[in-house]
Parts: sequence; structure tokens; C-alpha cells
Amino acid sequence: MADVQERRTDFGPPHYEQFLPPVIKENYGKWKYHEILKPGVMVHVSETGAKIWTVRAASGRLLAIDKIRTFCDLADKYCGGYFRFTSRHNVEFLLDSDEKIDDLIKDLADIGHPVGGLANSITAIVHTQGWVHCHSAATDASGIVKAVMDDLMEYFENMKLPGKLRIALACCLNMCGAVHCSDIAILGIHRKPPVIDHSRLNKLCEIPNVSASCPTAAIRPATVDGNPSVEVIEERCMYCANCFTVCPAMPLNDPENDGVSIWVGGKVSNARCEPMFSKLAIPYIPNNPPRWPEVTAAVRNLVELWAKNARKHERMGEWINRIGWPKFFKMAGIEFTKMHIDDFKHAGLTFKRSAHLTF
Amino acid sequence: MADNLPKTPQLDELEKGGWPSFVKEIKMAAKGSPMAVDLLGQLEQSYTEKIGHWKHGGIVGVMGYGGGVIGRYSDLPDKWPNISHFHTMRINQPSGWYYTSDALRKLCDIWERHGSGLTNMHGSTGDIILLGTRTEELEPTFEELAKIDFDIGGSGSDLRTPSCCCGQSRCEWACYDTMGACYDLTMHYQDELHRPAFPYKFKFKFSGCPNDCVASIARADLSFLGTWRDDIRIDQDAVREYVDRGMDINEEVISRCPGNCMEFDGKELHIENSFCKRCMHCINIMPKALRPGTDTGATILIGSKAPIIEGALLSSVLIPFYKMEPPYDDLKELIEEIWDVWAEEGKNRERVGEFIQRVGMGNFLDAIGLDPVPEMVAHPRENPYVFFEEDEDEDEDEG
Repeated sequence: MADVQERRTDFGPPHYEQFLPPVIKENYGKWKYHEILKPGVMVHVSETGAKIWTVRAASGRLLAIDKIRTFCDLADKYCGGYFRFTSRHNVEFLLDSDEKIDDLIKDLADIGHPVGGLANSITAIVHTQGWVHCHSAATDASGIVKAVMDDLMEYFENMKLPGKLRIALACCLNMCGAVHCSDIAILGIHRKPPVIDHSRLNKLCEIPNVSASCPTAAIRPATVDGNPSVEVIEERCMYCANCFTVCPAMPLNDPENDGVSIWVGGKVSNARCEPMFSKLAIPYIPNNPPRWPEVTAAVRNLVELWAKNARKHERMGEWINRIGWPKFFKMAGIEFTKMHIDDFKHAGLTFKRSAHLTF
Repeated sequence: MADNLPKTPQLDELEKGGWPSFVKEIKMAAKGSPMAVDLLGQLEQSYTEKIGHWKHGGIVGVMGYGGGVIGRYSDLPDKWPNISHFHTMRINQPSGWYYTSDALRKLCDIWERHGSGLTNMHGSTGDIILLGTRTEELEPTFEELAKIDFDIGGSGSDLRTPSCCCGQSRCEWACYDTMGACYDLTMHYQDELHRPAFPYKFKFKFSGCPNDCVASIARADLSFLGTWRDDIRIDQDAVREYVDRGMDINEEVISRCPGNCMEFDGKELHIENSFCKRCMHCINIMPKALRPGTDTGATILIGSKAPIIEGALLSSVLIPFYKMEPPYDDLKELIEEIWDVWAEEGKNRERVGEFIQRVGMGNFLDAIGLDPVPEMVAHPRENPYVFFEEDEDEDEDEG
């Protein structure tokens, strides 16, 4: 108890100001415009005439401390020790002159961190923990991201696409990250109801909470082999795993049936049209580690289809809205099935309620 | 230690290719960390068996905090003893994810002494993620982190670590000081951030403009999107420069305007600002020529979330325009009104967006003391199932 009064809590994050390069401190709120100079490099110009150059490099999000130290060394060498990360896990070096940009890009290439991801490109995939660190993962996250981005490197390192394309991956329906509003979303899914451990359920979980957790009211209290437990009305279960989140005795992980689904056409930006949710394109692709070739092929197919057919600045969802979903499925070579028709709440709002059809 | 790495033929495949390899990162950490060695082994096993090997949760933490540490245990502790505990610490990132090499080196040194040497820069919510340590290391790690001024972030049913775009630090489009607002509210709500007392999680995300680089409208319970009320600033010389350099302004800019409020007469660009929807497209395409106006602030929206439990929601407008100036007192009053109503009436694990769906937006507005305005809806109701309240009928009779 002696040291309780000395213990410091609730002091919050360090104040950001101490981490801002001098040119940013001096021009905070005064930036006037920016130009993209080449892939991964942009300059911001202040009303005062001051400039700051940004070099954006890829990062896989999972970093060893030795890699962070290497980034620190590069920041010391090129940027007075200042650098930052972006909302999509990229690392950005901030330079007050353009003289050493190419040297920095070369140093980054030497440590395996290519530069790009600006303007009409595909930038890093927002993703989750997967088998590296999560108990509820229906697939791995880092592995699929690595395989997909290896395949799409050309679109990270140049700016030849019609518009921006944002990819996100979540390894289960909890969707840590904005997977539900991405141009292409890769989502880990289960396909079998939970396997209930009746002998332990009542010890590990509160039965009313377990029942209440089910969005389709498929779980009800039951006594099984003398144990107070629950039963699942299996035809109502859509494998969301929310019951597992509140109750470890209801696992859904299943090597033979878990896998990923692919979603398209979401966006968060307000540019041109309002933000949109992603919609189901491919209901299921089995897990095929280590490189998930069926997933990388499906993503590449969608990227190239959009790139070839979209108008300038048109995002995936805007393009599909213009041509219509029937054409999208036909062009993408994806079979439209019963699974694509919504049957959750307000499903009727997603039915086609007009004769606006193309043939 | 690198000599006794487990055989990982599947993971080794993920060292190939041009994108940065997380397997290389784990192997880099394995040079100094037995935890990273066993992580490689268990992950290879997951790749072979196509299933994860982490147990469900477990309550661990540091003294005085109710969240910010995620308990994690291997379900194969005999085979991979060094990751029998592999807890995550969420560390509150500085606004805008800016660092100095000095600060991050200190952070790395602490994590080398106490954990796996693996991190996420950053987690989806925005925290620095320190990936993997033992229960007995949590308190010493926190003690050392506190000495360099890094505090713990949120988890569970609390205010989650707020996050923001880089805002006015490096973006001409930022319509308010996102980094300042994020820091101010984070500091003001330390208790709510560190001690879970809500029905479920609650997130603030601050984007400086409607491009929404932190995906606030898709995943924050309270979304702050910068906007402006006056006219888009135009530099006509710069407009002509874009046109002279070959931009098809009619095709690329004017025909894509959702407000249909732009016209180019060959010399000058005209915008009927009263019909501008503040979508950002024209400004995005011609950043040298167009800028948001100077009467700036934020549109505040409420209620977005991912699908679990009742389906995904986007945030919807709560306050069409708010000036977003410190000390944000009336904003804090509003936030606390929202929390009071939701904490009182919300069900366990019901996000505020789902709560509003259940009780009705009209009733929710009544409860927090906000008047309804047409900006809040895409369109008025389409069904006739209106609840008339008794005192309104009486008013009619008296009238």
C-alpha cells in the first residue's frame, strides 16, 4: 500500500505537439495546397511559402521493435527524427527539402518497404489479427493481406487506376476496422453452428446473456444430459459467433468449413456519392494457406474489371451502381445465388423495386 | 536463439514477394525473444491445421485500470510454453500518429525488456498495440511506460481510444483542429476511457473533412466530419492552369458534382454554393485551385458500427454544423447527455446506434434535449404509423 499515492494513472497520451517537425509547428493550420509529385511522394505548400515533402512507404502493420528502430534511424538520417504512421498502417517520412527523397526511397526499398499508395492507387489493406493473435478468427489476416498485396504491388507503386481502391480484411464478423465500407472487403466467415460444450457452459457463461446475444433468437435455455445449458435452433443460425464472444463454451472454429467471403462497392468518403456499405460478391472461398491463391485471383479479377471499365474517379460502388448489379455479376463471372439476397432485417429495402433494368 | 527456430515451411512462403512480410518481422523478433519463437511455431501449426490456437479471453490488467489489456492464452501451452500467456497491451497513440525517433526507441526498449518485441503500428482503433506478454509483466511494463508518458488505451465497454486524421498539421482540407479536439476529449474523459461503465463500447473519431480518412462515419459512435458553411475558395488562375494542362474540367469535375452547382465558361469556374453538398470531389481533383471556405466546423453524426449484433449502421446527422472550438464545453454537455440516456436505458452490449434504432430517433432526441431538424433524415417517414403525444392533441383542442 505504501506507494499507492505515488502511482500515476489517467495521464493520457503524450501531447502530440512534441512530436511535430518544426515546419509543421510553424505552419499548423496554414497549409494551402498539395501536389502529388510521383508515386508515394507529395509536397504540401503553406500560405507562408514553406513546404513539407511526404514519402509514404508500405508497412505490414505487424512490426518488430528492430524494424521500428530502423525506421527511427531513417527518420534521424532524413527528417530530424520525425515520422508518422497513417490510418491505413503506412509509415510516412516528412522532409523539409526535396534533395534526399530518392536516397530515402532507396533506403526504404533496401529494407523491404516500397514507396507508394497515394492518389489513384491501392494502398495498404486495413486488417485484423487473425491466427497471429485472435481467438475468434475464421481465417488468418496477415497472410491473406501479404498474398493479396504481393499480387497487387503494381497498383501500390503506380497511380494508373481510374480512382482510389480501398481493400480491408476482417478475420471474423466482429469486423475490427471498416471492412463493411470498403471497395473490396475480405471477410473471414464460419459456416457451421456453434459446437456446445454442455458440461462447461453453465460454469463459464451466464445463460441469459448467451440467449440474448443471438441476433436471430436461435438460442434458448435447455437442460442437456442433466446440465443447465442452451440449445441452438440450427436453421436460424447464421454463424455470426456473437454467442461465442460472450461464451467460450460455444466455439464455431472449424478447419473444414471456415473461409472467407468477398464484398464489393463500399466507401466511407463523401466524395461524389454518399458513403455506402460493401455488398456480397462471393459468399465463400475455403481457407487455403499459406497464400490463398483463390482469394488473390478473385481480388485481382475484381480490381482489373473495375480498372478496365470505370470512368475516371469512379469508385467500385459508383461504377456498379451505374452499370447495375446484373451486369456486374455477368462481367465478373460470379454466379448469383440465393445467398446474395438479403434475408435479415429490412431486407425488402434491398430488393429491386423498379423496372430500371438493362439487358 | 535464431538457430533453434521451429521449421516453418508454410510461413516461409510468406517471406517471398514485394509487400513487407510479417513473417520476416516475427523472425526478426525471434532473434531476441523466446515468445516470438513459439509464436512462429504455433502460427505454422495454425497454417497447417487451418485453425487458430488462442483461448477465449481472460481478465487481466494493470492496477487501477479496467481495460486496455486483452488477455490471451495459447490453447497448446505445453507445446508452446513461451506463449502460454500472450496478452496484448493497447497504448494510447499520440494524435495523428506522429512520433520522434527518441520516443519510439524508448518504447521499443521497454517492450524488449518486458514483452515479445512485436507490435502493431497500429491497431484498427488507433492504439499502439504491444503484442504478447505475460501477466506478471503487465504492471512493470505500465510502470515504465508511465515514466515516458505513454498511458493505456481503451477496451471492453468503455470509451475506446479516440483517433483522428492528421488534420491541420499537414492537410489544407482540415476544417477544424482534429488533433487538438482528439487530445482534448481524450484527456477530459480519462475515467470513461480507463474504467468500463457503459452498456458497450463507445468510439469518437475525428476527420478534418468529408473525405473521412479515419472512416469515422462507418465505425464511430460519434463521428466528427469537418465541413464549412460559406463558399468554396477559388483561385481562377489555378483553375485555368489545370485546364491548360489538359484536364477535361467538364468531364472530370463538373459532371461529377452531386449538387449540379458548377459551371465553367471557358475562363472562370462558377459555383452556386447554396447547392453545394460539401462532398469534396472538386476540391480533391483541383487542390491547387479550390479550398474549403473559412467559416469552418464539423458535422456531428451518431451511431455507426459494424454488423454485430443487429446489423451494420452508418452514423447519421445529429448536429449539422458545430464550430468545434476549444474548450468544447457545450459539446461535452451533449456527449454526457447521450451517455446518461444510453447508460440508463441501453441494454447490455447495445451500441448507441442500435439503442437509437430500438427507442426511435425522435424519442432519443427528446431524451437528450435536441430539436429535430430536416438535416437529420434522408427523407421524412414513408409510413403513417405516427405516435401523437397527448399534450399536442390538447394544444390542438385549445387552439
